[in-house]
Amino acid sequence: MTRLPLVLASSFAFALSGCGDKPAPKPKTEAPAATTPATAQTSDTLKKVKETGVIRIGHRDVSVPFSYLDDKQQPVGYAMDICMKVVDAVKKETGRQDIKVEYVPVTSQTRIPVLVGGNIDIECGSTTNSVERQKQVAFGPTYFMTGTKLLVKTSSGIKGYDDLKGKTVVYTQGTTNERAMKAYNDEKKLGINFIPAKDHGESFLAVDTGRAVAFPMDDILLYGLRASAKNPADFAVVGEFLSDDPYGPMLRKGDAAFKKVVDDAVGALYKSGEIEKIYAKWFQSPVPPKGINLNVPMSDALKELVKNPNDTGVGACGKMKC
Amino acid sequence: MDFSVFLQPAFSGGGTYLDWVLSGIKWTLLVSILGWVIAFSVGSVLGVMRTAPLAPLRAVATAYVELFRNVPLLVQMFIWYFVLPEIVPEGLGTWMKTQMPMPEFWSAVLCLGFYTASRVAEQVRSGIQSIPRGQTEAALAMGLTLPQAYRHVLLPMGYRIVIPPLTSEFLTIFKNSSVALVIGVLELTAQARQISEYTFRTFEAFTVATVVYLLITLAVIVAMRALEHRVRVPGYIGTSGK
Repeated sequence: MTRLPLVLASSFAFALSGCGDKPAPKPKTEAPAATTPATAQTSDTLKKVKETGVIRIGHRDVSVPFSYLDDKQQPVGYAMDICMKVVDAVKKETGRQDIKVEYVPVTSQTRIPVLVGGNIDIECGSTTNSVERQKQVAFGPTYFMTGTKLLVKTSSGIKGYDDLKGKTVVYTQGTTNERAMKAYNDEKKLGINFIPAKDHGESFLAVDTGRAVAFPMDDILLYGLRASAKNPADFAVVGEFLSDDPYGPMLRKGDAAFKKVVDDAVGALYKSGEIEKIYAKWFQSPVPPKGINLNVPMSDALKELVKNPNDTGVGACGKMKC
Repeated sequence: MDFSVFLQPAFSGGGTYLDWVLSGIKWTLLVSILGWVIAFSVGSVLGVMRTAPLAPLRAVATAYVELFRNVPLLVQMFIWYFVLPEIVPEGLGTWMKTQMPMPEFWSAVLCLGFYTASRVAEQVRSGIQSIPRGQTEAALAMGLTLPQAYRHVLLPMGYRIVIPPLTSEFLTIFKNSSVALVIGVLELTAQARQISEYTFRTFEAFTVATVVYLLITLAVIVAMRALEHRVRVPGYIGTSGK
């Protein structure tokens, strides 16, 4: 259980940074990092990177095609490509071209403590920017828009959330989807039997082996999981969007200088139109490890974000507008 | 630090976060105690088999002990939960996955029980083997059969001698029960993690978990001391504290 020391380390960081006190009042839109003096002293990422010559990037292992391990066990993906632009900007900003990138694998559960604890400097994955999380961390510009749907076996005949009455549902611990599904279950009194899993791979396995009938997750990740299944036709992604999930790079709170570098780097990528090439590479072309093409065109919501980059989080109700 | 977080209404389920902690304690105790029942019974049988004057019995018990104590507990947990239902006949496998009540709980109990049994077996064996040969010979010379010698001479002494190391095993099973969280048993550690995720009060959540584990293990130590004292035989180890 190597996670425990990290969790403990970060808990001390919580205590030191004052995050352990009363939670900040709910930010209405984005949380401008510079206006949270309580945590301002905790980190100056640029200074740290300049001194150590190392930037530590948190990545996921099965968030296809955002951030995952390819057949050579190297972290790759859409979010990783965007973060490489951030690394270039950091090199320019610090004046050190020799900055090394260290990759640190994180899970849905560890990503926030590991970031707050200082073990990584930025997380590039499939993390939903939510108002709730903005109490702990900051986000760079949103780089993808998705939402909760259900992965089921085609043979199960499940078409939507109300078919889940009294059934077993698996969720990945620490995700916004877990909250959305549980809230829906409470509201509609579906009496769902929940089983927790530690990552998306394990949740998928639970559906594949029949332990659970459904897995609520961001639809784009479900398409990715489905594509990497032995027989993709066995699985279907069903249901309406239960929640909105805007993804963005996750940063430490109260580090305005670093956030600006991230915002500017991603903004430049959007402005130059280079984002379209990166998007096409991961969503409209075959991707490793199995050479599957997800074939998902850029959504209108994302096109709008590219035109007007922002870091607005999803509200407490699970929708962008509550 | 602000422990009032435990009195706040929990995100789902209707209760407070304190209810999550209590439910975690319940599952920790259930998994550990049922696991210990299996570990103690199976371990005792295996321990006796390892000292038996019959080579096949010894071989079976030795193979069991080496298999179960040499594979990491975490791996065994995955095997019981994910692999076993796939290798048994399909009907049974489907039943285990969909109809069996609380599959993750029973997988955890069996896994912990059979894993700890291999360790208990070694303690029981060492207890029996630490008894001077003369006692076995005396028992047999008095006309007891070998099973009777085990029942009335070797086991009563052997168990007393190994009470201290058995106490350690008993404590370990409570701590090892936290591994069950990887297959989805919402025991104490899992609940602490869940509370820290929902409230971001990592420090408070794990402080409470730590204190509860300490209280559980201290209670076990006190109970085992009392047992040790009650059953002591003067002149032998296992009589600490006179």
